[in-house]
Amino acid sequence: MTTATNRSAADSATAVERLIRMYRRMVAIRLFEERVNDLYTRALMPGLAHLYIGEEAVAVGICEALAGDDYITSTHRGHGHCLAKGASADRMFAELLGKKSGYCKGKGGSMHIADPTTGNLGANAIVAGSAGIATGAAFSSKYLRTNRVVVCFFGEGALGQGVLYEAMNLAQLWKLPVIYACENNLYNEYTHYSETTAGEILARPAAFGLAAESVDGQDVRAVYGTAARLVDRARRGEGPAFLLSNTYRFRGHHVGDVSRDYYRTKQEEQRWMVERDPITILADGLIERNLADRAQLDRIHSELTSEMNAAVESALAAPYPTPDEAEQDVYA
Amino acid sequence: MPEPEHKATAEHAETAENRSFSASSAVTKVRELSFAEAIREALAEEMRRDSRVCILGEDVAEAGTPFKVLSGLVEEFGKERVIDTPISEAGFTGVGVGAAMTGVRPVVDIMFGDFLTLVMDQLVNQAAKVHYMSGGTWKVPLVVRATLGATRRSAAQHSQSLHAWLSHVPGLKVVLPSTPYDAKGLLKTAIRDDNPVVFFEDKMTYKMKGPVPSDEYTIPFGVADIKREGRDVTIVATSSMVQVALGAATLLDEVGISAEVIDPRTTWPLDERTLVESAKKTSRAIVVDEGYLRYGVTAEIASVIAEGAFYHLDGPVMRLGAMHVPIPFSPPLEDATVPTDRSVFEAACKLCKRP
Repeated sequence: MTTATNRSAADSATAVERLIRMYRRMVAIRLFEERVNDLYTRALMPGLAHLYIGEEAVAVGICEALAGDDYITSTHRGHGHCLAKGASADRMFAELLGKKSGYCKGKGGSMHIADPTTGNLGANAIVAGSAGIATGAAFSSKYLRTNRVVVCFFGEGALGQGVLYEAMNLAQLWKLPVIYACENNLYNEYTHYSETTAGEILARPAAFGLAAESVDGQDVRAVYGTAARLVDRARRGEGPAFLLSNTYRFRGHHVGDVSRDYYRTKQEEQRWMVERDPITILADGLIERNLADRAQLDRIHSELTSEMNAAVESALAAPYPTPDEAEQDVYA
Repeated sequence: MPEPEHKATAEHAETAENRSFSASSAVTKVRELSFAEAIREALAEEMRRDSRVCILGEDVAEAGTPFKVLSGLVEEFGKERVIDTPISEAGFTGVGVGAAMTGVRPVVDIMFGDFLTLVMDQLVNQAAKVHYMSGGTWKVPLVVRATLGATRRSAAQHSQSLHAWLSHVPGLKVVLPSTPYDAKGLLKTAIRDDNPVVFFEDKMTYKMKGPVPSDEYTIPFGVADIKREGRDVTIVATSSMVQVALGAATLLDEVGISAEVIDPRTTWPLDERTLVESAKKTSRAIVVDEGYLRYGVTAEIASVIAEGAFYHLDGPVMRLGAMHVPIPFSPPLEDATVPTDRSVFEAACKLCKRP
């Protein structure tokens, strides 16, 4: 009895730690993305970036279910995935600013963060471009018997790309340990997904025989719980899965997409931001259940604010690559 | 004068005498293998050497591909390593990219080179760029084997030679073997390379026989092979066109023109030095390739020679390639679209100002 009670207490302590960890990660992503937007509007960042604000619970909940050496592939809206898988903010900022100390030595930028040390096979700026890569990494897991699981992140816009279905077919035929993580943020760029997506989304993976589930993508606990189940299943060799997270992109398609009236209303945005913010939802839950108090959460927020500010400063101060580096790394 | 062949045939297979390994042939057993057998032997040796090497493609296992290039491999290595895929080129090539990034060394089989159009995103946007975009952290040791070549009466969607497309992309290496010896040595190098390599085989050459030593060997990329030495004109030829060029060289002998035939063997990396040095020596150059002339491999190689040997040349660099049309089906039409021994012979005569 005592042992069972202790284990139960330990389990719940672990569960609370997990919730706090996920809260911290979501806030980190939010603060990171706010600074990206700030760098863009101050003309300090070359190019564009696609912000993940509003969708933090998806990456954090799913990556929480993964081991350190499990793999992910990411998307053009990928900062959240990379951070959730363990990337450091300073090297991320450096990459976004085109600096030599960035994850890709400044050669990849916002849409191509890759990091072998955290199992990040790379963000991909071709919509559904990583479907094959993720499935191939799962192929390796089975071929080399490493027992690693792969998560292929993509937005609902990728549902229009044929290669995704080729990949899912192969994964199911070969029972590969890969989770196709579809983030439905409602908009394919500037077009509501209902205008681009025939039928029911989950009917598509179900047709291949994948385990197909949907989850409230604003509730990190729900995302984690479902992802953990599908990841365990994949690791046991029971095959691939499709996890549809219903979420919302609080900001525009990219940082420059500020006038959005022609494709969605401000009321709609307000409703999601006020009622369905994943960070608020978790914070309220933690406080209601007496698992954390406001001061503790505020402290996390202020620690991360300092960390992110320092990361931005170090990235801004970091040197650019020299022009001769343009010809390096073309071939291994 | 003998009638020229219209394309590569077994009759033109090179002999052991002009091979670079002939010096050591006293101790090395040299067999006559077909091009297909040489490919199969390279794959089998590499699969025995390295358990990470596997084959992915349509009908690669029991069927051994429609060209029977892979026959017997599944019996030795099993279906876990010789893996039949659905007809899903983009999907399984993408799997190849991801598998290559994570510890496997896949050899992907694209049955007809025409189907490379279906895998362009996987090759061009993914495989070719992963290493660079990741700042040199991820590697893609992937081999994609594909075919090229017309005159098989297969019409416009099964006859193209699209190697120029891939040669245009930084991050890829492109290999064009012309003999069984080269095919084996270059494929082994491709499999050991840590970069994505596209390996083109002329499907009309699979039955061509040639000497292949039984001892282990590899051939480095970026090293052209002088298939035949000559004094008066340099004929640079690739893949299927090497035998055409050698046939033309025989015809040229009869009119007193000594032709040097050079096979770059890889379009990237490209052995520019050997091409330029030969053109400097002969003062005349012709480039023959089965891809389209326009914006093609012949244009690039002609430009390399023109830039490198301009003041040594007696005339413009000439080019022969596929006619700028979709490959037609009807034999007299199809045969008219590709260079032949005769057309190369005539171009050389013109360049050498012979009637």
